[in-house]
Amino acid sequence: MSRSDWEVVIGLEVHAQLNTTSKIFSGSSIAFGAEPNVQASAVDIALPGVLPVLNRGVVERAIRLGLALGSHIAPKSVFARKNYFYPDLPKGYQISQFELPVVQGGTITILVGDGDKSYEKTVRLTRAHLEEDAGKSLHEDFHGMTGIDLNRAGTPLLEIVSEPDMRSSAEAVAYARALHALVRWIDICDGNMQEGSFRCDANVSVRKRGAEQFGTRREVKNLNSFRFLQQAIDYEVQWQIATIEDGGSIQQATVLFDPDTGETRMMRSKEDAHDYRYFPDPDLLPLVISPEWIARVRSEMPELPVAMKARFIAELGLSAYDATTLTASKEMASYYQATVDAAGAASAAQVPKLCANWVMGDLAARLNKAELDIAASPVTPAQLAGLVTRIADNTISNAIAKKVFEALWTGEGASADEIIDKQGLKQVTDSGAIEGLIDEVLAANQKSVEEFRAGKEKAFNALVGQVMKASKGKASPAQVNELLRKKLGG
Amino acid sequence: MSLSNEQVGRIARLSRLAISETEIDVTRTKLDGIFALIEQMQAVDTAGIEPMSHPQELATRLRDDVVTETDRRAAFQAIAPQTEAGLYLVPKVIE
Repeated sequence: MSRSDWEVVIGLEVHAQLNTTSKIFSGSSIAFGAEPNVQASAVDIALPGVLPVLNRGVVERAIRLGLALGSHIAPKSVFARKNYFYPDLPKGYQISQFELPVVQGGTITILVGDGDKSYEKTVRLTRAHLEEDAGKSLHEDFHGMTGIDLNRAGTPLLEIVSEPDMRSSAEAVAYARALHALVRWIDICDGNMQEGSFRCDANVSVRKRGAEQFGTRREVKNLNSFRFLQQAIDYEVQWQIATIEDGGSIQQATVLFDPDTGETRMMRSKEDAHDYRYFPDPDLLPLVISPEWIARVRSEMPELPVAMKARFIAELGLSAYDATTLTASKEMASYYQATVDAAGAASAAQVPKLCANWVMGDLAARLNKAELDIAASPVTPAQLAGLVTRIADNTISNAIAKKVFEALWTGEGASADEIIDKQGLKQVTDSGAIEGLIDEVLAANQKSVEEFRAGKEKAFNALVGQVMKASKGKASPAQVNELLRKKLGG
Repeated sequence: MSLSNEQVGRIARLSRLAISETEIDVTRTKLDGIFALIEQMQAVDTAGIEPMSHPQELATRLRDDVVTETDRRAAFQAIAPQTEAGLYLVPKVIE
């Protein structure tokens, strides 16, 4: 059987660490990088007699996510104990939510692939629930003992669970990226994947194309980069297909991805899977969220990517692809918005599209090369707007604009106007001056003129090139074209 | 419903309880008694009744998102059996 006879089914569970100041059930700080155990209070280390008290900021962030995904925000949700013994969780259980999570349902629209081959897809969310993170176990250097750091114990997490709607690793990555952008957009998670603030578990199965039943899934745990997510799924898919085609069957299991080998390996099978024995936590009363609270949070929400994208299309005349790309991150969207605002969108109809081209094109490429985030761009939105304005009013050509952009990047001038002025880059629009150049070029290129007269269109283009060169790129190609044709009587 | 000795062993292992061969029958009988009680409760028709997670009709109290705890590591670790470099040391646990 070939690879195309198989369909891949993927669902993702994302753990987003909430960017609060304090922990979910205690007043300990969650700042990253502190000395071991200095941010572990009596509640976090589970001394007898302590009680958890829920952090309001955590609930607010869950509401924000629910609103952004169009989910049902449960008026009443319940915390449950997930029981397992491990020293990084000294209570013997993790406080989580089980039967009644705070966020239920919802959807997110993702853009898969680039350019013409890209397509949109809507992924359904199952739920998002609040829970506490566990501490860290350090297995090396302690004379055969394990070292426990409980600073992370009690850090607030939202576990965001998707339906099994993804059909390729590319879709899974697009979903993870969209969710990553969204949690940062609504400012509930810093999205720092190296520090573990955004980690993915992927449930992967394969089935024969056309089959109604899902295949048996394996869960790949703790993927902390989009590249690993892609690699782990690709490996898992080919492994599962090969196993079935060799006459084997897939057993439900939890596996780990090894970035060094690019392979997954079994962590535990279903037989020794944990039985978490969930039950409602008697230490915590139900979480009640009033409609008034939801309304207040809604009124404080920023414009969401979906709404901004629709506005870019309707008001600025951008294509759906451009609008989606520009709203892929909050930083890029605000940079673009600031550029359009500075340029004054009303000044010329093509300005928003020009700004989009520059932000997604030259600026993105230059940032990429310099490995910089758009927020750290040496060229400010105001500077880029100044440049775009001069392209729009024909002061400079596109080719010259690239030179001006580079000069802005390296700080050779404070504004496009200053650079154009200082370096004499203003486009020559005076037809008398251009005609003078044309005469010189024609005199020096008699051969091309004769070839053109003999019907060779290529010769004409060569002449245009010569004139442009003579103008040092400052003439407008369209104007040169027109004047040259007139001169040659063509 | 009646449990097998194997199931009792598994539950004990999950709960990190050491139950000897001689205790297993007694434990199973006790657990069967609990399950009988649960079965009796499950026989009640609860259609249309909202599940109750807490006996009181109250909502959980919330605290503001501020840091109120200070570093008390030294006091906490004074009663720990073994510590090093600020870490609590426990018998090796690799899954």
